[in-house]
Amino acid sequence: MATKTVQFEIKRQASPDAPAVWESFELEWRPGMNVISAMMEIAANPVTADGHATTPITYDSNCLEEICGSCAMRINGKARMACSALVDNLEQPIKVEPLTKFPLVRDLQVDRHVLFDNLMAVKAWVPVDGTYDLGAGPRVFPQQQEANYPLSNCISCTCCMEVCPQFNEDTGFVGAATIAQVKLFNNHPTGQVFKEDRLRALAGDGGIQECGFAQNCVEACPKQLPLTEAISDINRDVLVQKAKDFLRG
Amino acid sequence: MAAPRIIVVGGGLAGLAAVIKIAEAGGTVDLFSIVPVKRSHSVCAQGGINAAKNLKGEGDTPALHFDDTIYGGDFLANQTPVKAMCEAAPAIIDLLDRMGVPFNRTPEGLLDFRRFGGTLFNRTAFAGATTGQQLLYALDEQVRRYEAEGKVKKYEGWEFLSAVLDSKGQARGITALDLRTMELRSFAADAIILATGGIGAIFGKSTNSVVCTGSAQSAIFQQGAYYANGELVQVHPTAIPGEDKLRLMSESARGEGGRVWVPRTPGDKRPFKQIPEAERFYFLEEWYPKYGNLVPRDVATRAIFKVVYEEGLGIDGQPMVYLDLSHIDRATLDRKLGGILEIYEKFVGDDPHEVPMKIFPGMHYTMGGLWVDFNQMTNIPGIFAAGECEYQYHGANRLGANSLVSCIYGGFVAGPNALAYAKSLPAAEGDASHAAELARQAEINAQLLNNNGNENPFRLWRELGATMTEHATVIRYNKGLKKADEKIVELLERYKNVNLADRSQWANTSFAFSRQLYNMLELARTITLGAMARDESRGAHYKPDFPDRNDEKFLKTTKASFTGAPEGPRLEYEEVDTQFIKPRPRSYTATK
Repeated sequence: MATKTVQFEIKRQASPDAPAVWESFELEWRPGMNVISAMMEIAANPVTADGHATTPITYDSNCLEEICGSCAMRINGKARMACSALVDNLEQPIKVEPLTKFPLVRDLQVDRHVLFDNLMAVKAWVPVDGTYDLGAGPRVFPQQQEANYPLSNCISCTCCMEVCPQFNEDTGFVGAATIAQVKLFNNHPTGQVFKEDRLRALAGDGGIQECGFAQNCVEACPKQLPLTEAISDINRDVLVQKAKDFLRG
Repeated sequence: MAAPRIIVVGGGLAGLAAVIKIAEAGGTVDLFSIVPVKRSHSVCAQGGINAAKNLKGEGDTPALHFDDTIYGGDFLANQTPVKAMCEAAPAIIDLLDRMGVPFNRTPEGLLDFRRFGGTLFNRTAFAGATTGQQLLYALDEQVRRYEAEGKVKKYEGWEFLSAVLDSKGQARGITALDLRTMELRSFAADAIILATGGIGAIFGKSTNSVVCTGSAQSAIFQQGAYYANGELVQVHPTAIPGEDKLRLMSESARGEGGRVWVPRTPGDKRPFKQIPEAERFYFLEEWYPKYGNLVPRDVATRAIFKVVYEEGLGIDGQPMVYLDLSHIDRATLDRKLGGILEIYEKFVGDDPHEVPMKIFPGMHYTMGGLWVDFNQMTNIPGIFAAGECEYQYHGANRLGANSLVSCIYGGFVAGPNALAYAKSLPAAEGDASHAAELARQAEINAQLLNNNGNENPFRLWRELGATMTEHATVIRYNKGLKKADEKIVELLERYKNVNLADRSQWANTSFAFSRQLYNMLELARTITLGAMARDESRGAHYKPDFPDRNDEKFLKTTKASFTGAPEGPRLEYEEVDTQFIKPRPRSYTATK
């Protein structure tokens, strides 16, 4: 009996200014195989489908449990996490490409640092007085916890930014992930001390007004964050803040 | 004198906790991490974090938490630091709560707690089943705040290669590799904190993340640091076997009422629903009526091995048992375990609300690690360690939900101590050996890049993982351990012929991996040889040929030091601090 195989086409690029090329791979099928285990297999045997020696593929990965947010890439045209992309659920040949909205480093690795810069710009933290023992935190009722918890599940994978038509160099749009974190911290009893700062940070160019409500973000999010709801809530808050600031002169 | 410079290597909970303490005390930190710190392995912790807050009126106290931890670790942990950790834990939970961690709540708005293994108390605070993620994010956010204030500079995408030690053997900095440009550089520091996590990759497949290779620990072990209790490795009873890794299924599944069982008839082909209650073997509940499904991990893991390999009762004859939540209502499961059930469904394709999960033990945690004193400093002056990379808090077996608290507590101790040390350190003479250490690293790199052998590093790694998993995990025989050690020696020899398929100097992952691999091989011998020498059974270390704990000979910390000789690391033993709780037999068949 012939061994069952799996076909891959992987976009390779040796460096940011090198030309992109597609390489094909044919691997032995194994139960439970995912895109990451396929790339591990290629690293152990770096040979293309037509028998040419090649190099192991450069890509970001870490937890392989869809919680660290590292391995976002385009698989069969869709931005998603490679670890949870099971081969059995994918049409072949499986086409794997890097995300397109971020500076390419090599092969499937891109630089997504912009998200962390954005989180810094909106002060996405709770400003505690210090780490010494100040007793318990504020009371939070279960309903409130259940509302905030989904927002705190964002894994910074940037899939929402990749699929957003407005996320590009022209607009400088911060993207849905950052807006969701603004909602999370503005909801927190202590975090809301920076509420106005955060809303103002989203009020100008590249802020929330750039959102075109394409709603691609909420569909692409592997953690099902209520992104469109967060955007409309924060949009309203930003408008109120702008009005207040206008009246205050 | 100039402001002290501290380097923290590793941006998981322990590293970030240390950074926060140093920045808060006015120090500045250079933070090195292979991955953006928000993607560190702490993110994978699921079930919760222990602290005896006693919010359930059960009479829980830090003293009881201390006793459970020492007893659970089979008395191998030094008691002074464990006691201090358990006493500090309630305030750590309060701090995390203040930082905005979305812990689950009671109707009154207070923190909710659940039960975990090895205790009879509801002592585990949790944020759904993604507690590690939420804790890591909270600390990451605080560090970003200090970064915005200029107190922290992050070097993400840099890998630690070695410490720079001056002529007196004191730490004066590190060498590191930029994983993108492949630039090798040295960085000056007055003190260094390693918080570089576990060593799962040495076992090939484990529940650990890709970066958990133990490479940093091994590098300083080879530079003279003691590595303690290397043989003590935790195999988690409930993992989901996978092609690329073993995915953890949290102990909280059992904490919330999950039951482990197999059909009583070997090879029973009926679907689980058609197997009546009387024909299901809830072996943990039968064997351990008091603790039931919540016996400590080493006990549960051995029980699963016994049922599968000795009694031949694995599901469909496979090495798998059921972990069943299907009797619990959907809303409760979603509220308390949502994250992990979703992961199971995504990776396996079955819905655990409806169908019992199929699980099997997987390598999970390293109790052993860099030897440190009670101030978290290794035997190399100026190098501190915190978190899973050191050995201090868990003895011979870690209790579930104690890792997060030990990481944060260890970081909180290491940070201020490193700062105090740095302040009292006399200025370096000359370049403090920076040039010499850089040259040594450059030579290693050049050799690797120019090697013309025929060995693929990833295949060598698979062989290492297979032999370690077979011989050095749940059940250990000296014969097998010897075989494993010989295999490592063979792999070290073959490593000399490593041929990189990729010789480029840009984001070359094979190159970085090969450097890690060498360190994995050197560190692996502390596990095999340490295990071979420990002729007893204690906690996670189980030898059928020596089934009892032997306090007279082995109530001792193993300290391995690197020799570079073919016979491997030298082992010596240190007395364990047992000043508070007298060692007593450990058995979970009844209340302790």
